[in-house]
Amino acid sequence: MATKTRNSGRSLHLFANPARFLRFARKIFPWVAIVAAVCIIAALVLGLGVVPADNLQGDAYRIIFVHVPASWMALMIYVIMALASAAGFIWRHPLADLVAKSSAPIGACFTLISLVTGSLWGEPIWGTWWVWDARITSMLVLLFLYLGYIALNNAYDDPTKGARASAILALVGVINVPIVKFSVDYFNTLHQPATFSKFDRPSMDPSMIAPLLIMVVGFIAFYLVVLIIRLRAEIAARRIRNLRLAQVGNQGANG
Amino acid sequence: MVTAFFSLVRQDFRLALRGGIGSLVAVIFFVIAVSLFPLGFGPESTLLERVAPVILWVCALLATMLSLGRMFDEDYEDGSLEVIALGPLPLEGVVLAKVLAHWLTTGLPLMCAAPVLALMLNMSVEGFAVLMIALALGTPILSLVGSVGAALTVGLRRGGVLISLLVLPLYVPVLLFGVGAVEGAIFGLGERAHLLILAGGLVIALALTPWASAAALRMALE
Repeated sequence: MATKTRNSGRSLHLFANPARFLRFARKIFPWVAIVAAVCIIAALVLGLGVVPADNLQGDAYRIIFVHVPASWMALMIYVIMALASAAGFIWRHPLADLVAKSSAPIGACFTLISLVTGSLWGEPIWGTWWVWDARITSMLVLLFLYLGYIALNNAYDDPTKGARASAILALVGVINVPIVKFSVDYFNTLHQPATFSKFDRPSMDPSMIAPLLIMVVGFIAFYLVVLIIRLRAEIAARRIRNLRLAQVGNQGANG
Repeated sequence: MVTAFFSLVRQDFRLALRGGIGSLVAVIFFVIAVSLFPLGFGPESTLLERVAPVILWVCALLATMLSLGRMFDEDYEDGSLEVIALGPLPLEGVVLAKVLAHWLTTGLPLMCAAPVLALMLNMSVEGFAVLMIALALGTPILSLVGSVGAALTVGLRRGGVLISLLVLPLYVPVLLFGVGAVEGAIFGLGERAHLLILAGGLVIALALTPWASAAALRMALE
């Protein structure tokens, strides 16, 4: 029994020490940055230049290599944010709150990129800049959830309280993620159904899948790069705050 | 514990009644906001009856959002929320009691005003019954989900606007299915599916939101 409880929380407690996390981050940061740069540039070159044009849409479809990975990232980051919020809420893991807080702006930007590229793609293909179909509306709702999360986090002076309040909001909003994912299957509206499924072969030409997947890997690496930068900033800000509080406490004790 | 629940509801209701006109701010806003639309459209417009369900639902949503601030704020500020939290009723029960009181003073008056306003907007006759059922299912959802937003921002200085931003993503489905139900009845497309989804949403909200609101209140009372 004793060994079981000792080992079960090991990976979670591994990064509870911010100093150990910062050492780990310093080691992997250059590699992640290189992977991000290489993959994004490769995907852009392949997607915009090398891959042949679509037989129905011509060259306009190439925005798919930015639009689809951005949408996947927007959803994935929300799930990560919700999981980190749950970990911070339940186990009071010190880094989990910071991971959630740092991921929110990145996720909001990816959602915005997805909506804007989708709008730019829709204009020549569907003839309209915007349409209120199920998936697009629920992605807009996702953007509002991100913005609400950021607003709630910053509304509290005490960062711990702010983190816990926005954790509740993130967990309540998780219900939107399956709605976005499955809305194209259940509501028969304008946005096309899913191309990738676990059980069937993808309905897209194999040569076009490669840049898409490379871009996803590049975006994930980019997310990690920005996350590490933001986490370093959050840990430093927390240290400054603790130092200031200790300073005020000492003045109060001496003065 | 049941007596504690109902005594809390009765206390809140009595406080709202004694508050006079101020507690009816939601209904008054609802009536005023809906009245602006026919004035804007002008007398000769046939567009008004086409958009009547949407106007009613959007204004009901906005009116409820306005009234959410007073759910927990006054009790938090004068300390009675802490006293209630120490009582025999668990915090989730307290949240449910407050939501019930809020619905009795906001949702129910909205439902009473809605048919009169629907007449004013020239809404088709087929939609009235479904409008009442949809509002009866939807306004409790609005109060329940709104309690999460109110609990998360209790005691904050600039909490009022933030509540609207927080609950808006969760109010959108209620709006979609509420309007869908009424328009389904008017145009003969069938309202049953929308009403069933609203009922399902009410059950989910009843099951999940008290826990979220209680967690937020516990955090605020620390």
